Amino acid sequence: MTRITYIEHDGTEHSIDASNGDSVMEAAIKNLVPGIDADCGGACSCGTCHVFVDDAWLQAVGEPGEFEEPMLDINPERSANSRLSCQIDINDDLDGLVVRLPEFQF
Amino acid sequence: MSDVTAQDTKRKRSLVGRDPWTTPLDEIDLAHPGIWQANEFLPFLSRLRQDDPVHYCADSPLGPYWSVMKYKDIMTMEAAPHIFSSEPTIGIVDVIPEFTLPMFIAMDPPKHEEQRKTVQGVVAPANLKNLEGLIRQRVTTILDALPKDETFNWVELVSRDLTTQMLATLFDFPFEDRHKLTYWSDVATAIPGAGLIDSYEEGFEILKECLAYFSRLWQERASKPPGNDLISMLAHGEATRNMPPREFLGNLILLIVGGNDTTRNSISGGVLALNENPQEYQKLRDNPALIPSMVSEIIRWQTPLAYMRRTAKVDIELGGKNIRAGDKILMWYASANRDTDAIENPDDFIIDRPRARQHLSFGFGIHRCMGNRLAEMQLRVLWEEISKRFDKVEVVGEPVRIYSSFVKGYTDLPVMIRSSAIKSAAG
Repeated sequence: MTRITYIEHDGTEHSIDASNGDSVMEAAIKNLVPGIDADCGGACSCGTCHVFVDDAWLQAVGEPGEFEEPMLDINPERSANSRLSCQIDINDDLDGLVVRLPEFQF
Repeated sequence: MSDVTAQDTKRKRSLVGRDPWTTPLDEIDLAHPGIWQANEFLPFLSRLRQDDPVHYCADSPLGPYWSVMKYKDIMTMEAAPHIFSSEPTIGIVDVIPEFTLPMFIAMDPPKHEEQRKTVQGVVAPANLKNLEGLIRQRVTTILDALPKDETFNWVELVSRDLTTQMLATLFDFPFEDRHKLTYWSDVATAIPGAGLIDSYEEGFEILKECLAYFSRLWQERASKPPGNDLISMLAHGEATRNMPPREFLGNLILLIVGGNDTTRNSISGGVLALNENPQEYQKLRDNPALIPSMVSEIIRWQTPLAYMRRTAKVDIELGGKNIRAGDKILMWYASANRDTDAIENPDDFIIDRPRARQHLSFGFGIHRCMGNRLAEMQLRVLWEEISKRFDKVEVVGEPVRIYSSFVKGYTDLPVMIRSSAIKSAAG
């Protein structure tokens, strides 16, 4: 099990034990963490699972992928630490990961 | 071609009245507007989903094209804009360069993202929060003025008026001239000969007036500090402020059309769906908290744009068929939204459907509808205000559907609000 913490826009924290192999989006949906819509079901095609990766974790999480980049690019709330959580696969290296959720998914 | 031959061809091509399950596959031309206007399209969509989910129509007046019917195949396409291009156009009609306006819906990366980024902030959720009060006010004015105990056209008095007012707000367009917006939108999507215009030339001349009008507004906004309306955003945006006039007009038309008949037809479609499904209407009366999920269900059920076109950039296999570079491909959202492999009981209208936003009406991928949250908000506020006032908006006659296989909607929806359905507490 890998510990992931989601922090809502209002500061509410949700720490969950996620299964390796799930995406950060899937782990949120399975554990009823609010604030992630994932309308496309994890196909990197809607941008509604947008998260901000805590700076300390940026390197471990890595850069957006080739198809993720344009989806992030069209989000007006995009910042340097933006990722789509459906594109972050959970593994042991991410134990303790902290992501923040935007006020709105777009 | 003589008129008789033209009519003959038209009759032969139309699928109206034919049996969807015995019509030979090679005679199915889904893009012919006949079955869409006659509301006979659903069984033809089912037939192709079942028997030929990636279907080739070799013989069409608009040139040969592929039809992609399944949700998962469309998702594959939406995620691959480098293979399935939005250029040169997203409609089935091949472009006549002279009458073609550049707009970002019909551009590929990276230009698409550069231009879209400039304007999408206006419909971002943070901005919408500020717009909600104004929308509610306008909805209230429209609903309170509706006639009682007499038949009226819901499309005209509610759907059209509300979306027009909304557009005027987003553009900060002179309110008294707002009906021009709807007119230009209708002209931009009109099929020559179907009523509004007789030729593309005529339509293009009308849209020049649109350009002239907006150019004046552009000059005015460009000389002022940046504001929060779409024209000001375009006039000041880095990727758009030096746009050539044709590109400016193209993107304006895109924003006008995108925000106009799509929402208009979902507003009408919701009234129709609730009337056709009285048990769902009862659910809504019992629990107005279902409105947000109902709104998504209405948008799925209506699917206001039946398809989007892509053009293959390379030879590619899809669903076992070999598509060649340059081929025209229609992604039938109207079919995918009824695909049992993706959506449970897709032919049922269920206002409390779980994960109601998982539908294809907005498309997916980089071209996903920019205004999707605005559309949902308009519908939500409208239904919240309707629910406060009326127990029922009753459909009292047959709806008249648009003659188009692209824009799925209505010109007429006769309704009545009976005095007995008016809630006493309503203001």
